[in-house]
Formats: sequence, structure tokens, C-alpha cells
Amino acid sequence: MTDISVNSVSSEKNAARIRLAQRIALRFGLYAMLLVFALYYLMPLFVMLTTSLKSLDEIRTGSLLSLPRDIDFTSWATAWSGACTGIQCDGLQPFFWNSVLLSVPAVFLSTLLGAVNGYVLAQWRFKGSNILFALMLFGCFIPFQVVILPMAIVLGKLQLAGTIGGLVLVHVVYGIGFTTLFFRNFYVTVPQELVKAAKVDGAGFFRIFYSIFLPISPPIIVVTVIWQFTQIWNDFLFGVSFSQAGTQPITVALNNIVNSTTGVKEYNVDMAAAIIAALPTLIVYVVAGKYFIRGLTAGSVKG
Amino acid sequence: MTETTQSILSIENLDKSFGAVKILKDINVSIEPGEFLVLVGPSGCGKSTLLNCIAGLEESTAGDINIGGRSMIGVAPKDRDIAMVFQSYALYPTMTVGKNITFGMKVRGTPEAEQQAKLNEVATLLQIDHLLDRKPSQLSGGQRQRVAMGRALVRDPQLFLFDEPLSNLDAKLRVEMRTEIKRLHQTLGASIVYVTHDQIEAMTLATKIVVMKDGVIQQVGTPNEIYNHPANMFVADFMGSPSMNLIPAQATSSGNSTQISIARAAGDELVLNFDREISGLNGSGSKEVILGLRPENITDPLSIVAQSGQLADCQIDVVEPAGSDTFVVTSLGGKQVTARLRADAEVMAGQSASLAFDLTKASVFEPDSGARIA
Repeated sequence: MTDISVNSVSSEKNAARIRLAQRIALRFGLYAMLLVFALYYLMPLFVMLTTSLKSLDEIRTGSLLSLPRDIDFTSWATAWSGACTGIQCDGLQPFFWNSVLLSVPAVFLSTLLGAVNGYVLAQWRFKGSNILFALMLFGCFIPFQVVILPMAIVLGKLQLAGTIGGLVLVHVVYGIGFTTLFFRNFYVTVPQELVKAAKVDGAGFFRIFYSIFLPISPPIIVVTVIWQFTQIWNDFLFGVSFSQAGTQPITVALNNIVNSTTGVKEYNVDMAAAIIAALPTLIVYVVAGKYFIRGLTAGSVKG
Repeated sequence: MTETTQSILSIENLDKSFGAVKILKDINVSIEPGEFLVLVGPSGCGKSTLLNCIAGLEESTAGDINIGGRSMIGVAPKDRDIAMVFQSYALYPTMTVGKNITFGMKVRGTPEAEQQAKLNEVATLLQIDHLLDRKPSQLSGGQRQRVAMGRALVRDPQLFLFDEPLSNLDAKLRVEMRTEIKRLHQTLGASIVYVTHDQIEAMTLATKIVVMKDGVIQQVGTPNEIYNHPANMFVADFMGSPSMNLIPAQATSSGNSTQISIARAAGDELVLNFDREISGLNGSGSKEVILGLRPENITDPLSIVAQSGQLADCQIDVVEPAGSDTFVVTSLGGKQVTARLRADAEVMAGQSASLAFDLTKASVFEPDSGARIA
């Protein structure tokens, strides 16, 4: 009797110990795998960063993955204000400001229009509003290439060809589909009775929008702004198609720096320039990233 | 203002369709100042649509709505001098309670001092003055309900509209708020249109009830009329809990006495004397009818209400003690029939018991049309 019970107790203990070990091993394996993935994805950034801080000699002689012997910021200075894009040698600086002048109004306008559109499509349904929404959704999936030629003609007619204003227009038009989708899906979770209550209270269309709907919108505004800013800042095709010397965005300038040099390829300058070009979107993600996730999952507004 | 009492609300021949679907058909209702009108009916009967038409949130297809003697055709909700309380409360989520209540006044440009004075008055009345700085998400269901009412009260309109305001509350709170609404109505003397699917709410609150089904008004009347003289079998069945027993029977008239006989599964027919005239019988002949008897009109012989009753032995199928009463189920005319007995009545399931049938308050309906014939 006693033997059996002692045995069963100890075998139970053993089983528990084995289960614990298995759980720890599983956890360990999981984290190891995640670590490998993280390193894999960080590797290019690491190479870019170290290369940008090396001198050209060191790049030529050393290995790709080695750390720089002396940290040297001259290539960053060159990329910012001295690198040549074709015949002009002012670095990325003027194009960086072009991109800022282009993205800020384009992001602002497309977000605002998306908010109003979404508000109408979610809360002020009219005959055909669902069809309109479907068409706008369809607009999200039209590839850039299809738009280029008609857009060039339109910009020409509007006398906006080659201007930053023209690029703003292109990005606003192309972005409305997405921003409308975001806001519409957010506002559709707001109970219709809220609008009814405000109507009875005496508020009109825009009053209800800015007194009731805008104040509940920060989560979706963050999502939209991040999405639009990333799209517009990183855009190359529209930038290269609809700009001319002096109005080119930073992505086009980066391409020109990398591709139009003759003679020695200055990898360190190229890498520094690439990091500079990517920095704003990176910063936006780091600063507002957690709001991005929160906004994507934010559902109903409970009153 | 005219001297004669003018209807606060009168709805004339109102129709409402969504596309080809007719939601409301030929609605005619009016209420006098201070009346509490309850629109009641099963879900989908059009009662909320009717309320939205009164509020101006839906356009009516035909007919007219007058509020305070003024036609409301083409008048926006904000200009109708109404206030509305919604089922989901519809509080503005980012505004504090105080801002929620004063939003309407702010939109209309009421002076700040007046806003504050009215806010304080209403907050005190509803006992929410300690909540004014909170957001709606920090309130309990009952508190949200009060704030929603505060938002309506502060406007001091001609007409209040309530759209199922209690259906999101738990049972206990619902009864409390029901009493509160009734008290508010009595103290303020306000004119109210109130939508509910709960017939008990309708009975307890209303001075006038409108029973609706499939977009058609079935009956308009005081709670007493609706309960004791239902116009048809739908109203009889819908109002009251447990609902009225509707028993297939045969009415026979000879000379100046009318008898109603009910078939039973076992034993003889149950024959009861009926002392009113049944239209269509004309003093002679017999016809199929439906006898409507409320559970409280079938009771045990010792009950005081049984005095005017006619006794009959019935087989008891189920006994349901409910504390204050005991409900028993028997079978008459092929239907389950519920009777309401005293709590200490001695009955046992499966045995026979003597029941007293009081037909003075009975209703008699035409089987096909369902219309009341006595």
C-alpha cells in the first residue's frame, strides 16, 4: 500500500518537473528564434550605419560587418550639404525641405478630407453612398503607374506641372481613398443616436463634426497621419514623374546622389544619405508607433 | 396662446414608407398638454419610426404632424421645440456631464449665466450635481440615464420624446427609474411621448396608451380601457402579464340569457352564464367565439374576488407558486389556461380543484377577425 502511494507521489512530482522543463525549453526556443529574426532585420540598418561612419579607405579594405575603426561624420556632412546630384552639389538639404513642404500639407489635407468623407459615409448615409464608398475603396487599389499619364495632363491643365503644389494635389487625391476608409470604419462604430441627439440639440453638420466626432478621433488620426506620412515621404514614382529641378523630393535626390556620381562610388555618403532620407518616417514610428497599434485596434466608442 | 386647450401633438393620417415597405399606415393620434402617451408594441411595429417622425429625424411620406398647433412639415428637429432621450443615452463621450447637458444651449447661443443656472437647477432635480465634471464613461448605467434626461429637461421644451429609455438598465434599476420618470412627469406636468416594448412600463407610466402592430394602431385608450376592454385579440394578448387566456368557446343565446360553453378534454362541457349581449348573436342562435379571461378572473372559491364567480371543478396540470399569488394551469377548450389563486390556496398538480370564473370582466372576440364583440 504505502509503496504504491509513495511511488505515485514521486512519479507525479517527476511528471510536473518534466512539464516545467518542457515549458522552459519551449520559451527559450521561442525567444531564440525571435532574437534571430530581429537580428536579421536589423542587419541592413547596422551595415548602413557602420558604413556611413567609416572612411572610404576602410570600406575598401575592411569587411562589411566590422565596426568602424575611427568614427567619422564627414560623410554625413557631405550627404546633408555637399553631395552632388548631377551638376548641383548642395547635398540632400534643399530636397529634404522640399519633402517637408510637400508632405506636411499633403498629409494634413488628405487626413482632413478623409475625416469629413468618413463622417459622411458612416453617419449621413445617402442614396448611393455605399457605391461611392466602394468606388473610393477601389481607388486604393489602383496602381500608381495607371495614374501617371492622366495626372500629368491634369497637372498641366491646372498649370501645376513641376510644382510642389502639384505634388501635394497628387498625393491628396491618391491618399483620400485610404484616409476615407480609415475614418469611415472608425466612425461607423459610433452609434447613430449620437448624431440624432446632437440634431435635436440644434447642432448642424459641421458643428456635430467638430464638437463630437473630431474629439473622439485622435486614435484614428494618428493611424492616418502615420500611414499618409510614410506613403508620401517615401514615394518615389510620383516624385520623379511630376517634379523638376528645384522641386524634387528627397527620395528622388537620394537616387540621383547614388546613381549620378562618376568615378569613385562613395558608399559612406550614400549610406548616410539613405539614413537621412529614412529618418523622419523612422522617428514618426518610434514616437507614435504605440498609438498606431492602439488606433488600429481601437473599436467602438462607448459613451 | 389660445385659451382653449390645444393639442400639444396631433398626428393626422401619417404614412411612412421605406422604399416599397410601408412602415406606418394612417396614424392618427393626439395628446393634450400634460399627457403621458406611451407607444407600445412588439419590435418592428413601427413605434420607434413614429417617434423619429415626430422628432423630425425621419421624413413622413404622407400626412401631417402638428406640435403646439404648428405644422411640422419641413421643420428641422432643432426647431420643433422638442427634447429626446435615447435608448443608448447618446451622451457625447468626450464631454463632461455638465457640457453634455449644456451643449444644446451652447449651440443655440444661450448666455453663459443662464446656462449655468439651468444646469444647476436640473442637476439638483435629478441629483447628479456631484457628477457634473465626470465623463460619461465614468458613470453607471443609471447615472447615464439621469444625465440623458437632464439634457432633455434643461431645454424645457413643449414635448418630451423618450425612445425606450429604460431597456438598457438591469431589472431593479429599471423599476426605480420608472418611478422616477413618473414622479418627474407629475412634478413638471410635462407632455411626453414614450416608446417601449414593455407593456408593464406602458401600464404604469401612461395616461394614454397607443398599442401598435405592423405599423397600424390597434387601440388608443387609457391603461384601464386597454387592460379591461381590449379592442382585439392582439391587444388582449399583448397587454398584461401573465397574458389573457384566450379560450375557444361556443356562445348560445336564447331569450334574454346567454351562455358560453367550453369544451374540455375529460368530462362535460364547462357552461358559464354571460350577462352581456354579444354582437352578431341578436338574442338567439349560437356561434363560435373566443372568450378572453384574465388570470385574475379565474380564482379559487375562497378568494374575495370570487364572489361574483361561477364555480366549476377543473383538472389542475401545473402549480406555480409566485409568493404573493399561486398560478395554476388547467386545460380548457384545448388551450392552456392560467388562473390566479391566493398564495395559500390548497391545490395540487394532477388533482381536481374548484375554480371560480368571473365573467363580468371577460372579453369576447370574433375568432376570425379577432375583433371584440362583447
